[in-house]
Amino acid sequence: MDRRDFLRTSGILTGLLAAGSPLALLAPSRAWAVDLKKLTSAEGATLMAVARTIAPHDRLEDAAYALVARSADADAAGDAATLALLRGGCQQLGSGFATAAEPVRVQALKAIESGAFFQTMRVKTLGTLYSSPIAYAYFGYEGEAFSKGGYLFRGFNDLRWLPDVPLEASGPVPGKS
Amino acid sequence: MVAIAHDDDTAVVIIGSGAGGGTLAHELTRRGIKVVLIEAGRRQSIQSFTQVPGDAFAQVTWLDPRTQSGSWTVAQDFPTLPSWTAKTVGGTTVHWTAATPRLRPWEVSSRSTYGAIEGTSLSDWPISYEELKAYYQLAERRLVVTRRNGNPGMPASNNFKVMYAGARKLGYKAVHTNYMAINTRPADGRNFCIQQGFCVQGCKTGAKWSTLYTEIPRAEATGNLDLRIECMATRIEHGANGRVNAVVYRDAQGKEQRQKARLVCVACNSVESARLLLMSESSKFPRGLANSSDQVGRNYCHHVGAFVWGFFDKPVYGWRGATLAGIIEDEEVNEPKRGFVGGYHLELIMLDLPSLPLAGLPYGWGRDWAWSLENYRNMSGIFVVGEDMSRADNRITLDPKVKDRFGLPVAHIHVDDHPNDTAMRKHAQDQAEKLFDGLGARRVVRSRATPATHNMGSVRMSADPAKGVVNAHGQSHDIPNLFVSDGSQFPTPGSANPTLTIVSLALRQAQYIEKQMSARDI
Repeated sequence: MDRRDFLRTSGILTGLLAAGSPLALLAPSRAWAVDLKKLTSAEGATLMAVARTIAPHDRLEDAAYALVARSADADAAGDAATLALLRGGCQQLGSGFATAAEPVRVQALKAIESGAFFQTMRVKTLGTLYSSPIAYAYFGYEGEAFSKGGYLFRGFNDLRWLPDVPLEASGPVPGKS
Repeated sequence: MVAIAHDDDTAVVIIGSGAGGGTLAHELTRRGIKVVLIEAGRRQSIQSFTQVPGDAFAQVTWLDPRTQSGSWTVAQDFPTLPSWTAKTVGGTTVHWTAATPRLRPWEVSSRSTYGAIEGTSLSDWPISYEELKAYYQLAERRLVVTRRNGNPGMPASNNFKVMYAGARKLGYKAVHTNYMAINTRPADGRNFCIQQGFCVQGCKTGAKWSTLYTEIPRAEATGNLDLRIECMATRIEHGANGRVNAVVYRDAQGKEQRQKARLVCVACNSVESARLLLMSESSKFPRGLANSSDQVGRNYCHHVGAFVWGFFDKPVYGWRGATLAGIIEDEEVNEPKRGFVGGYHLELIMLDLPSLPLAGLPYGWGRDWAWSLENYRNMSGIFVVGEDMSRADNRITLDPKVKDRFGLPVAHIHVDDHPNDTAMRKHAQDQAEKLFDGLGARRVVRSRATPATHNMGSVRMSADPAKGVVNAHGQSHDIPNLFVSDGSQFPTPGSANPTLTIVSLALRQAQYIEKQMSARDI
């Protein structure tokens, strides 16, 4: 535990992007850090592991899962009931959850699936994880298109493994004939 | 734009600026009629629209609370979002995907065509198809619909190439890039589509028709429109003579205001239109305004809706391109031997991240569930849009407990699936699955029912005042100067995406209102 973390009651999550990660090209540094306002580092690590168990993508950076913990922490900072819910959930899962093997984590979550903690974390994970630029890069979604002229000349019809559609069932591509 | 005094009782007050209200506002103001247009949402523009999916959703979606119940799976899967509608100038024409098929002739006489079906409240439209068709032609010109009036179709996207190849293999014949209110070339002061994807967002080129781009600015240009944004109508008032005479609303600061009116038109999208009428109850109308028939809120329809996703070994990049530019029309027939009455379309679809995991995939988590997202690049989508059965008890009521920020009861939506709906959904999803399997899909994933984007029927038309709320012109049977101008008028939903029909009815209603006002009937 470093001095900074020792002096705080709330936590910090840190990590390194994989060397070959496409994000390493975008980020100012390979190192990333997420400050938590209310939750401890251990609780943050538990929530990251919950998120990775709900939505496991092996080659997706920890940094993406840390965003889920950060967003949950922000909710907790604004609402005492949410803080209690998250804290209680982490406590129930126990300190070993974050480092347990996936089948163990899956069993632990199945046991609490119907509860408010899991359901809150499931929606939080889906809404946060899959809307981050990190996830966009990973899943291939090319994002905002207007500033690049849409996809009209960037592959909206570049699929070649099926036959082209006859003109009578479609229409001309603007700018081409 | 003009400022109309709050005590000016000569103006028409329209509540809601979407397909119905926005179109009607333009049609009345260009005929020299003064209109106060009350809109709950903010005004966005092609400059302010964002393409960050979560932000785009929050920018235009109606997020005020609603509650729900019933056997439809939406009640379990989307407890806080039974209906996905818009709160913004332009209403749902900002977030719609611009598919504009017409109803079929037999769909406006469903009761006569399908016969008496237990557990339904089917009713024929009081308008003939021939008459409706004349207004479809006007609306299609207004919206510059593709594949109509000599307009070319939209070009085929990657996602449509999958749909087309699979559909042809399955033997379907009527397969094309849909009838779309999206420009393929500059027209009517709007730009053309550059295939940005995710048409549920506000369109940043204006290629997608919206009252925000055309009807509302044109109404403003007449000098007869007073558009009041961030104003939430809470009550319609009437005088001792039983005619409506004012609309009460909360302004952007939450302050209560009262606008006098010669005539009131309700166009708040079915759920809120019914809610507003029910909230406007009085000693003269104890069951809710214009509700002597007890039909306000009843017969709420939402279409048989569901997704089917096909996953392939090769990329599709389905997010590239106009979202709904693809349709299979072959199943839009009434063939009871399929095990259900009525028909459905299969339309092209793709969802953004995070809408796909939140709303497009069935509930789940873990490795097998996440596989679908791992293959986002390689997926193609089909959206089922079919006629759901009108049922008297599928209805909008006022929630007895939950209140909005003004302390007013929120809308409660109750929907029980009819066995016909369940059978149709299964048939449609089976067909879509066969389509993907025929192309060698690695896997096909089906959703359950989706939140309602098509909301219809809650303030239905009828020729007989005992059986419906409004007449064939959307005019209240009880109160001649009260009109309903949105999809809630539909006696039955048919299987067409509703916007074109809503616009057509608004064009027709405007002519009727002008005539009635000139004759001093209202």
